[in-house]
Amino acid sequence: GSLGTLRPSPLSSDEKLTPLKSVTGYNNFYEFGTDKEDPARHAPGRLKTQPWTVTVEGEIKRPRTFSIDDLLKLAPLEERIYRMRCVEGWSMVIPWVGFPLAELIRQVEPNGQARFVEFVTLADPQQMPGVRSPLLDWPYVEGLRLDEAQHPLTLLAVGLYGEVLPAQNGAPIRLVVPWKYGFKSAKSIVRIRFVREQPRSTWMKAGPSEYGFYSNVNPAVDHPRWSQATERRIGEFIKRKTLPFNGYADQVAGLYSGMDLRRFF
Amino acid sequence: MTFQPTPRQLTAIKAALFLLTLLPALHYAHGLWSDSLGANPIEALTRGMGIWTLNFLFLTLCVSPLRKLSGWHWLLRLRRMLGLTAFAYGCLHLLTYLWLDQFWDVDAIARDIWKRPFITVGATAFLLMLPLALTSSHAAIRSLGGKRWQSLHRAVYAVAILGVVHYLWLVKRVALLDPIIYALVLAILLGWRVVERIRLNGPWPTRSTPPAVQPVVFMKRDAAAALGVPKKR
Repeated sequence: GSLGTLRPSPLSSDEKLTPLKSVTGYNNFYEFGTDKEDPARHAPGRLKTQPWTVTVEGEIKRPRTFSIDDLLKLAPLEERIYRMRCVEGWSMVIPWVGFPLAELIRQVEPNGQARFVEFVTLADPQQMPGVRSPLLDWPYVEGLRLDEAQHPLTLLAVGLYGEVLPAQNGAPIRLVVPWKYGFKSAKSIVRIRFVREQPRSTWMKAGPSEYGFYSNVNPAVDHPRWSQATERRIGEFIKRKTLPFNGYADQVAGLYSGMDLRRFF
Repeated sequence: MTFQPTPRQLTAIKAALFLLTLLPALHYAHGLWSDSLGANPIEALTRGMGIWTLNFLFLTLCVSPLRKLSGWHWLLRLRRMLGLTAFAYGCLHLLTYLWLDQFWDVDAIARDIWKRPFITVGATAFLLMLPLALTSSHAAIRSLGGKRWQSLHRAVYAVAILGVVHYLWLVKRVALLDPIIYALVLAILLGWRVVERIRLNGPWPTRSTPPAVQPVVFMKRDAAAALGVPKKR
């Protein structure tokens, strides 16, 4: 269903949108299979998104379990048109619908100990055929530094193209961190934990030399098996040059000042 | 009873096989034309050409075991076409990489070959295929001599191994199933040859007893005639 009138955002890109068919028909969501057509094939009808709760806990003053309806009313929904760069070398421009994660963080009030945020996603073998095979260490876990999580660009998305998020794109609620490779943007979130230590994400466990905690889009740091210098925007013929921080350097480069991004990849 | 096609039938079989070898290429050409290769058609095309290179390489490697098991010696007459088809798909695979992936950026290609082992392995496999394709004619067989030609063309085993390593290395760990299946099939195809060799010649490399079955000697006029190779006049 439609998500009603949405606030436009000055943070939106004005680039040409990737067609809905590609956004919903070509993506990675290994809980539903490893082919990029698998999520669209297996998630709709299987993934049950009502009722749904997200437990927020850890180093916060107001731990709480939100229902999806609570979350939809937590802040005014905005449309955010973001570039999305997959670590595999392709990219899209997607009109997400959601609200800044910072709004939720404000409500639960992290205490002085909270330095990182961990996102745990659904891993239900009944609904998700991929979880039955030991491809990855389920459930899928991702993490951000608290200041990254609080950044105005970091979004909790509940929809795209003005409609409720399709199952294959991480319904009912997912993270969107546009300056990092797509896998950082955890889908179908069930738990958000505020922690002291840097979380170990699923991909860090699966391939520590290939996937780091930060995973900022960086054309200067190659994936061990392929170059990250260019990308194919879905629907385009000529490859584009990949931009540092996926083109969001003006907004986010300050988060990493003084850090060696080759080491903290 | 062994089936032995007449020269006419063999021509028909070859023509049919030739048309079959075109099918994957036509499938992808049609897919590009009708935009039905998914959201990332170039990726699908590159992968498709790579997979069909391996498929035809494997079919080429099936000829000897099939010939042996069925007694259909004429199958050998189809091997060159299968090998050249593998080479043709290899060329298309390389072309999609050089053009549609790298856009002829020589620097980027050189860096890729140097830095990325799976590209290095793929490039090596392609280079090894070149001399085999170039020496596939009867004239080349004659001028090299059957023995030398045969030892040169054993490089096809290396090409197949490198091709499978290239495939294993490029996929993510979570998608290893398909390349592992290819590796197993190749292990069977190569393992059969090892077993045959041991059976015929004793433990390799000793060759104390003469082989029970004469290998095809291309230089021998009568053997060549038996295979239908036109005689030099």
